[in-house]
Amino acid sequence: MSLSNTDVRKVARLARLAMNETEIETARAQLSGIFNLIAEMQAVDTTGIEPMSHAQDVSQRLREDKVTETNQREAFQAIAPQTEAGLYLVPQVIE
Amino acid sequence: MQWEIVIGLEVHTQLSTSSKIFSGASTAFGAEPNTQADAVSLALPGVLPVLNRGAVERAIKFGLAVGAHIAPRSVFARKNYFYPDLPKGYQISQFDLPVVGQGALAIQVEPLSGTGQSYEKVVRITRAHLEEDAGKSLHEDFHGMTGIDLNRAGTPLLEIVSEPDMRSAAEAVAYAKALHTLVRWIGISDGNMQEGSFRCDVNVSVRKLGEPLGTRREIKNLNSFKFMQQAIDYEVQWQIGTIENGGKIQQATILFNPDTGETRAMRSKEDAHDYRYFPDPDLLPLDISNDWIEQVRTTLPELPQTKQTRYVNEFGLSAYDASILAASRAMADFFETALAAVPNETKMCANWIMGEVSAQLNRDGLDMTQCPISAQQLGGILQRIVGNTLSNSGAKEVFRTMWAEGGEADAIIEAKGLKQVSDTGAIEALVDEIIAANADKVAEYRSGKDKLFGFFVGLAMKASKGKANPAQLNDILKRKLGQ
Amino acid sequence: MINTSIKQLSAALAAKKISSAELTQLYLDRIARLNPELNAYITLDEEKSLAQARAADERLANGDATGLTGIPIAQKDIFCAKGWLTTCGSKMLHNFVSPYDAHVIAQFNNAGAVTLGKTNMDEFAMGSSNETSHYGAVKNPWDTARVPGGSSGGSAAAVAARLCAAATGTDTGGSIRQPAALCGISGLKPTYGVVSRYGMIAFASSLDQAGPMARSAEDLALLLNVMAGFDERDSTSLQREKEDYARDLNKPLNGLRIGLPKEFFAEGMGSDVAQAVEAAIAEYKKLGAVIVDISLPNTKLSVPVYYVLAPAEASSNLSRFDGVRYGYRAPEYGDLADMYEKSRAQGFGAEVKRRIMIGTYVLSHGYYDAYYLQAQKIRRLIAQDFTEAFKQCDVIMGPTSPSTAFKLGEKGDDPVQMYLSDIYTIAVNLAGLPGMSIPCGFGANNMPVGLQIIGNYFDEARMLNVAHQYQLATGHHDCAPQNIGL
Repeated sequence: MSLSNTDVRKVARLARLAMNETEIETARAQLSGIFNLIAEMQAVDTTGIEPMSHAQDVSQRLREDKVTETNQREAFQAIAPQTEAGLYLVPQVIE
Repeated sequence: MQWEIVIGLEVHTQLSTSSKIFSGASTAFGAEPNTQADAVSLALPGVLPVLNRGAVERAIKFGLAVGAHIAPRSVFARKNYFYPDLPKGYQISQFDLPVVGQGALAIQVEPLSGTGQSYEKVVRITRAHLEEDAGKSLHEDFHGMTGIDLNRAGTPLLEIVSEPDMRSAAEAVAYAKALHTLVRWIGISDGNMQEGSFRCDVNVSVRKLGEPLGTRREIKNLNSFKFMQQAIDYEVQWQIGTIENGGKIQQATILFNPDTGETRAMRSKEDAHDYRYFPDPDLLPLDISNDWIEQVRTTLPELPQTKQTRYVNEFGLSAYDASILAASRAMADFFETALAAVPNETKMCANWIMGEVSAQLNRDGLDMTQCPISAQQLGGILQRIVGNTLSNSGAKEVFRTMWAEGGEADAIIEAKGLKQVSDTGAIEALVDEIIAANADKVAEYRSGKDKLFGFFVGLAMKASKGKANPAQLNDILKRKLGQ
Repeated sequence: MINTSIKQLSAALAAKKISSAELTQLYLDRIARLNPELNAYITLDEEKSLAQARAADERLANGDATGLTGIPIAQKDIFCAKGWLTTCGSKMLHNFVSPYDAHVIAQFNNAGAVTLGKTNMDEFAMGSSNETSHYGAVKNPWDTARVPGGSSGGSAAAVAARLCAAATGTDTGGSIRQPAALCGISGLKPTYGVVSRYGMIAFASSLDQAGPMARSAEDLALLLNVMAGFDERDSTSLQREKEDYARDLNKPLNGLRIGLPKEFFAEGMGSDVAQAVEAAIAEYKKLGAVIVDISLPNTKLSVPVYYVLAPAEASSNLSRFDGVRYGYRAPEYGDLADMYEKSRAQGFGAEVKRRIMIGTYVLSHGYYDAYYLQAQKIRRLIAQDFTEAFKQCDVIMGPTSPSTAFKLGEKGDDPVQMYLSDIYTIAVNLAGLPGMSIPCGFGANNMPVGLQIIGNYFDEARMLNVAHQYQLATGHHDCAPQNIGL
C-alpha cells in the first residue's frame, strides 16, 4: 500500500505535528513500507472472531464516590510552561 | 409552502457526585482555578482513570426513569481531539456501547405564543452515555492569551440523546424542561443551569412536509430555556430563508449569541471531525448486574407522570392542578406532607399551596426548596381551618405571621387571639344581646326588610371581634330573628 | 562485593559487613567511572540516593528491614518518581520533575530500596536498540560499538556492567526481554495486570507491563515480590492474593514439559542464536524436562498486529504532551495550533512521531475496521494459539531475539527491519502472558544470547523455578563483560 503526501499531511495535522515538505516525503516513504508490513494482516479471515481489547477478561472495578484528593496546585504548576493567577496560559482560543 | 421543523436534543447533565468520574478530586462548584485539578484531571504522565460507582448508579437511575434498557456490558471509548481544556487530548466517553439504551419521555407541550391547546407528546430517547466534562477556557485578557481552569475537567456527565422527534421550539423547550425536572426529581443532578449543570445542544433542520430530512445544524451549549427558544426560532427562520433564496444548508456547529439573538458558525472547529474513537485500554468493560439494577430501582421515587395521574385519579384534582403540584419533587413532597395533616381536604390543600404559598414564594423570589415554612407547619393551619378553629381570614393572618416569624399554628392563634368562637351558647348570648339592643331594626326585619340581615351579621361579627364561626352565626341569627 | 546476588548483599547489610550508604557509594563511584562511556543513566542524584541509603541503614539498625532494604536499584526513566527528573527518554519531558511516585517506585521505597538513578531508554519506550533516546544511545557493556537492545537498554546495560544491584524495566513488545538477552542478564515481563501501571508513562496501555531486570532468576523473584500487587489506582491491576514468587525456586524440573514452537525455529533466527538455544534445551533435558513440539501458527502476524495496536494506543496516549501543563513548549509559535504543532514536532523524536502517525492513520475515519478492528481480532487468534499450546506443555521456550546485539546505527534507517526483530517477543504481550529471558551462552563476536521462557497466565513462580534450576546448573548468568573494572 502506498500513501500520498496528502494523506501524510492530513495525518500530521490530526496528530498536531508540524512537518515541512522534506519531512512529509520521508514520512511517506517510511510509512508506506510499514503499511506494506501491516498489509499481511488483511488476508486473514476473521469472520466471527471477537475483537480483543484487553489481555484479561475482567470487568471494570468501581471506585466509591469519595473525595480523596487535596489541592496541589502549587506543586503541579511549578512544572508548567506558563501560568498566571492559577490558570494555565495558552495562545488565544477562538471559538 | 409548508415547512416542517425537525429538532433533536443532546443534553449534557452534570451528575451530582462528590468526586469526579475517574478520580477522587472534588466536583464542588466555584473553587479557585485549578485547585480541584488533581493529577488525573491534569493528565500528568502515568496517571490512570478509575470509574466512580456514584456516576454509574445515577446513569442507571436515569435509564430506569425513562424506561430504558440498561446495558449489561458497556464500554468506554476515547474521543480524540486537541483542545487546551481537554488535558489528555481525548475525552473518555461511550460510543458503540452506551450504558443506557432506548427510552422515552412523555412531555406536556404548552404553546409558547399565541393561542392553542396544550397537548401531550412522547419523545423517544435514543441513548444516554457517561462521559467526562472538559475544563474551562477563560478569555479575559492575559496579555492576549487564554487562561485554562481544569477544575471542571473530569466532572461526570450523562449525555442524553433524543430522537429528532420535536417539531417546534415549543416542543423542544417542553422536552428540555421535562428532562430538567426529571434529572432533579430522581436526584441525579442539581440541574443548575447557570453553573452549567444542564446544557443543551439542539440539532435543527427544516424540510418541506413529506420530504426526507434536511441537513442539520447543531446549536451548541444552550443553558437557558429562553435562549433555546430564541435560538431555534432564529435558526429556523435563517434556514428557511437560506433555502428559499436558493441556498443550501451546510452541516455546522453554531453558537447562539443572546445579546444579538443570532446564531453563527463556530470558528475553532475547522478540522473535519475525525475523533478516532477506540475503546479506552485503561478502562475495562463496565458490567452491570441485574441485582444492581433492581437495587437502584428501589431507590427510584414515584416519577412526575405517575404522580400527576395519581393526583387526578386518587385525589380528584384537575389535570392542570396535578401538573403544577407535580412540577417538582419539592412541590410534590410539600403537597403530600401537608395533605397528610388533612387527608380529606385535597382541594383546599392544593389551593393553599398553589395560592398563598406560591404567591408568597414568588414575592420573595424563592423556590420551593427554600420555603421558610414547612409542609407540617402549613398542615397545622389547615387542620385548624377544618376543625373550625380558624376562619379563612384568620388562617391567612396565621400564615403571614408564620412566614415572617416562624412558629406553629396553635401558638400563633393563641398569641393573636384568632381562635374562632364556635361555642353555640356564646354566639346565642351575643345574638340575644344584639336583638335586645336593636328592637327597632328587629321589628323592621321581621316586617319584611330582609336586607337588614347583613346589618345584624356585621354587628355580631364586630361584637365577636371577628372570631365567630360565620356559618354558625348565620344559623343562629336566622333562627332568633325569625322567632 | 559488587559482583554478587541481592540475597548476599542483603545478608552483608544485615551482618553489618557494609552499610547501605557505603554500598550505594560504591555503585555511584562505578557509575561515575563507567557511565560516561555506557550512558546507561539519564539522571543521577547522589544526595537523594545517599539520603535513602542512610534511611535504609537506620531501618537495618532498627530491625525492620526487608530483603531489599538498602539495596541500590536503578529505575527505568519511564517511572514517575517524586522529585526526580522523569524524562521517558524524551526531550518532551526534559524538564519534568515528577510531583508524584509511580506505584512501582512507592513499592520499592516502602521496601527500603535505594534509587540509584533513572536509566536511559528508547524515547517513550519506542525502540529495540536504545538509539531513539533524546539523551543519546546506550552502549552495550559487552561491546560498546553495539546496542544494548531496547527499550529498557539503560537498565539492561546498568545491570550487565554492575552499575546497580538490579533494575526495573517495562515491556510492551519485548522491551525487558530483548535488552536482557542482548546484555546477557535476566529479565521478566509478568502477566499483564500483575504490576500496577500507575505512574508508569504509557506507551500502549493494553500491552505495557513493568518487570524486574537482574543478574539471576533468584534476584528477579525478590524484585517481583516487591513490584507485584494490587493497586486500586490502575483499573487493569488484578485483585489477586499476594504470592511469594521465590516459593518454587528449588523445585526439581523432572517431567517439566517444554513446548518448542516450530515457528520460533524456522527462518530468520541466526545460527549462533540457534546453537545457544539448542544447547540450553539440551541442558533442560538433562535436568529432567521433556520436549513437546508445538505450533503457534499466527506468530508471524504478531508483528503487523502489534504495529497497528501499539501505535494506535500510543498516538492517543501521547496526545497529553501538548506544551500546556508540563513538559516542552516551543520557544516560538503563532497561534494555538502552531504552538501544539511546533511543541510536539520539536519535543518528540523521529521514531515517536512515526508511531504517532501510524496510530493516527489506522484509527482515522474509514480505516478503523480494516486496521484496528482486524488487528484486535487477530490478537485474539494469537492469544488462542497460546491457550491451545499450554494444553500440551508447561512452559514454552525459544530464542528471545533472532540475533545477538547489532552495531549502533546498523538498522537506523530501516524501521521495518527493526520492527521485525521483535518477532519472538511481541506475541506474548498481545496475549498478556508472562515471558522472560535468561542468558544461555554466547553467539558470534562473543555476544550474549537470551533464552526466552514463556509461561501460562500467572505462572511466574514456575518460570522463575525453571530459570533458577538452569542457572544452578550452568554459569552463563554469572558471566560479566570485560572492561567493567571488576
